[in-house]
Amino acid sequence: MSTNIQRPIYMDYAATTPVDPRVAEKMVQYLTPDGEFGNPASRSHPYGWNAEAAVEDARKQIADLINANPKEIVFTSGATESDNLAIKGVAHFYAKKGKHIVTSKTEHKAVLDSCRQLEREGFEVTYLDPEPNGLIDLAKLEAALREDTILVSIMHVNNELGVIQDIAAIGELTRPRGILFHVDAAQSAGKTEIDLSTMKVDLMSFSAHKIYGPKGIGALFVRRKPRVRLEAQMHGGGHERGMRSGTLATHQIVGMGEAFRIARAELEKDRAHITRLRDRLYDGVKDLEEVYINGDMAQGVPNVLNISFNFVEGESLIMSLKDIAVSSGSACTSASLEPSYVLRALGRNDELAHSSIRFSIGRFTTEEEIDHAISHVRKAIAKLRELSPLWDMYKEGIDLSQVKWAAH
Amino acid sequence: MSYSDKVLDHYENPRNVGTMEKDDPNVGTGMVGAPACGDVMRLQIKVGDDGVIEDARFKTYGCGSAIASSSLLTEWVKGKSLEEAGKIKNTDIAEELALPPVKIHCSVLAEDAIKAAIEDYRGKGKRKD
Repeated sequence: MSTNIQRPIYMDYAATTPVDPRVAEKMVQYLTPDGEFGNPASRSHPYGWNAEAAVEDARKQIADLINANPKEIVFTSGATESDNLAIKGVAHFYAKKGKHIVTSKTEHKAVLDSCRQLEREGFEVTYLDPEPNGLIDLAKLEAALREDTILVSIMHVNNELGVIQDIAAIGELTRPRGILFHVDAAQSAGKTEIDLSTMKVDLMSFSAHKIYGPKGIGALFVRRKPRVRLEAQMHGGGHERGMRSGTLATHQIVGMGEAFRIARAELEKDRAHITRLRDRLYDGVKDLEEVYINGDMAQGVPNVLNISFNFVEGESLIMSLKDIAVSSGSACTSASLEPSYVLRALGRNDELAHSSIRFSIGRFTTEEEIDHAISHVRKAIAKLRELSPLWDMYKEGIDLSQVKWAAH
Repeated sequence: MSYSDKVLDHYENPRNVGTMEKDDPNVGTGMVGAPACGDVMRLQIKVGDDGVIEDARFKTYGCGSAIASSSLLTEWVKGKSLEEAGKIKNTDIAEELALPPVKIHCSVLAEDAIKAAIEDYRGKGKRKD
């Protein structure tokens, strides 16, 4: 694994996290001939019983983080599958009741594309516009609810912005109306409190690899009281109470369970560490001119800091920051050549979307790494602004919004 | 995005970065692109009385290949007549820099920039007449 070439500083924790060594250590005990490699569905021998016990322990660890019943946890391949199962599963099961769904424009693609698919099948979807800070206005959400609305799907923490939606309040709007409420919590589990004994959330999607667990495993919380029904997307052996067939991946599940256990035990410690480093990073760059925060630091998780450095294009900034692994909302970093749909949905002008960088930090980020990042960013911004005709014009006092550009 | 060494070289060490006096009758300025599209190039050429480009300067807001395309262009146009410079094709730039297909528009922008600079310079000539 060791390499002589220094790897860049990892600041893309919202994309994925490394597996916590404590998690990896547990996982390897469920693979090899001397480990518990059995099929949890095998009922006739200890290999199966032991694997099943491990899966049930993990199910409880996951339920404990969110204050739910272990029987409400359905294992999936990840948050994308959980989102698909929740949205399409509910829509198909309750189609006779109504065919209207409410979501927002800044949801993850797994939610948006599932909704698009349902539109092709004859469902109607309302896509709410968030406020400029990324949060959903509850009055606008309430106004969008109709007699035939069967589902509202709003993410807890946005992956690009880090803003935390008030899901407890949304649940108070949906429950009395008999509308089901799905929340994508891939970015919030382990970062901010989730209490499903009080929050009126009916379905919640989780991922392991965003909180120091392995990739390829996730879960969907499906409430039992009041009971939520789903049409399965994957058919087979009737695993997971018929909601998701397929042999359970014991080692992945054990890893997810351990990751959730650690997240619960260390939530406060992680949050204090990450908040301190996020503040240090922001303090180190905020005095540069024309720096804008995308999202809302006061109502966001501390692990995401999304900043636009005006007059500097995001991809070229990432090239300059080759010693730091970050992501950008710039079109040039995407195959589609479209800037971030999330930033555009906030009403940010395209220039600021092109100029955005998402720093996301985590449990293993160090103060030294933050200081390196600050110094790299400052050098890169200075270099690229020196190269930027827009910066020249800004300095000359020209209002760029009044310039007639030859769009191409 | 993995770039060729030539793109990286121009990006790391951009040639002829700078600004010329745009009101100088010997200077032609071409500014193309739009901030909303993620790239803006400003190319300036200084033309001698013999119609040969003596010097060129650029500033570019854009991705690595946009910066590299404009940097390369300033190297190429120096010493060329306006007619020769006007014949530079985007495909030449794309080929020299081995631009990936999604970045071809950066080379198109560079071709537009030299054409716009030449046009601006020629326009000034007319005003003098």
